[in-house]
Amino acid sequence: MNIAVLFILFFFVISVLIGIQAKKGKEMNLEQWSVGGRGMGALLIFLLSAGEMYTTFTFLGASGSAYGEGGSIFSIVTYGCLATVISYWTFPAIWRYAKKHQLVSQSDFFVKKYQSPYLGVLVAVIGVIACTCYLVLQLKGLGYIVFATSYGAISSTAAIWVGAIGVTIFVIVSGIHGSARTAILKDILILGIIVFLGVYFPMHYYGGLQPMYEAIEQAKPNFTILPDQGMSVSWYISTVVLSSIGFYMWPHGFSPIYAASSEKALRKNSILMPLYQLILLFAFFVGFAAILQTPGLKGSDADLILLQLSKQDFDPWFVGLIGGTGVLAALVPCSMLLMSISTLLSKNIYSVFTPSATEKQIAKLVKYMVPLISLIGIYLTFQGGNTLFSLALIAYNFITQLAPAFFASLMKNNFVTKHGAFAGIITGGVIVSIMELGNIKIGQLFPYLPQAIKDLNVGIIALFVNIVVLVVVSLMTKNFTYTHQDTDDLETSTLEQKI
Amino acid sequence: MKKIYWLGIIPFLGFVVGALFTNKVTPYVLGMPFFHFWIVLWSVLTTGIMWVIYLLDPANEKGDSR
Repeated sequence: MNIAVLFILFFFVISVLIGIQAKKGKEMNLEQWSVGGRGMGALLIFLLSAGEMYTTFTFLGASGSAYGEGGSIFSIVTYGCLATVISYWTFPAIWRYAKKHQLVSQSDFFVKKYQSPYLGVLVAVIGVIACTCYLVLQLKGLGYIVFATSYGAISSTAAIWVGAIGVTIFVIVSGIHGSARTAILKDILILGIIVFLGVYFPMHYYGGLQPMYEAIEQAKPNFTILPDQGMSVSWYISTVVLSSIGFYMWPHGFSPIYAASSEKALRKNSILMPLYQLILLFAFFVGFAAILQTPGLKGSDADLILLQLSKQDFDPWFVGLIGGTGVLAALVPCSMLLMSISTLLSKNIYSVFTPSATEKQIAKLVKYMVPLISLIGIYLTFQGGNTLFSLALIAYNFITQLAPAFFASLMKNNFVTKHGAFAGIITGGVIVSIMELGNIKIGQLFPYLPQAIKDLNVGIIALFVNIVVLVVVSLMTKNFTYTHQDTDDLETSTLEQKI
Repeated sequence: MKKIYWLGIIPFLGFVVGALFTNKVTPYVLGMPFFHFWIVLWSVLTTGIMWVIYLLDPANEKGDSR
């Protein structure tokens, strides 16, 4: 047993205890459990949204991609900033609507806006698959981080089991309150550690930031900016536009919005969030620092670069601190994902097909589902190989394709019908999935187009088709659906329920 | 739509249109390649712009938040 193991265990136990403690003095009905009784102030909302952003990716993929891909990694900071600009207007609108109609899941929003439980099922199925894949990714990350920072003393299998059990316990007990409380500790630690490492490594190896960049420039000219082809400027712009629109379409992204105590808390959130994106910058610095120090790493090995450099240069206690922070970076998003998945499965899928289920039964079911979903997550973490990767790619692409129907629903006079929404989401999602999975490039289909168009992110083309289909189908179907902006009851005619 | 909301377009212009002209390594600013500096600069400016919008937005006059 080394000191690093002690640190990792310490932070794990502390975070689970904080998570359980968060329940204190609260009556845990479904609304308290999944959206904190809509009573969280600006600070907790900020930490919850940051909780989704700064995950194990901050320790693994962020530095790994800077190391492997160079300048294109900066698109993440850009769309993060722009997404929060958009959120200044969308979040308060979502919040008002959710409060008025007592919504608890992202799928609820679509159900109510389009008066269609079946559109809700579609959105929920996409959400469940995407969130489960994301959960698996976080558990895998947790395994990598703990195995590396414990110097191999804790196997990644053990870490994943113990971590998943811990998070399951505090999610069942405290719901979103647990996520919010643990997020406080997590964000302080991540901020401190990543900024420190991002400053330390360039100083230590090169004597400063500029000498580091100059050395990289000499060895690999133009590596730190966007290349002329591939991930070029036009790729960057299309990716940034696509991702800033799709950024907050994730089911667990809706929970902090619903949990807010006021519109103002949400608007405050969008002031600080762009600046907060810069934490990633320091993770990139670590990746850049590693380029000339440990060259030649590929794929998942590159993702371990931050941990590897840290182990080379620091004492075990500090490595343990990084490991403990990594554990928290996995547990907070995992907790929110578990809640979202179980709410979607119970409320937006199960109850639609089991109309006899009472609200009380659903509220109970939501909690009983959590351990089951954890087990499925663990199973997929160990068993899911390339199939899982493909599934994740499809699901993530589908999530972005929810955006047109979502933004349309915010309009005062929304002309989009549920049929239009349905058709748009499916068409856009199928197009992008086929192109991504088949690795079909625009250049292959249309070799004579200018390079700038060939480099466009295929998601943006799918999004465009999505919008066209959405508009056309909506105009075609507007006569046989009601305009139901203000009706509170779901219509019951059998024809309407078909879709 | 309130006039002050138009300020929200500026970050998009800065990040997206700006990328057409700033994808360069030199000059180094604050030790970073110019492209990196540009994105850092706009993250900071975006926070500033959102702050101004927040302060001038009449919607924030009523109601409190903790």
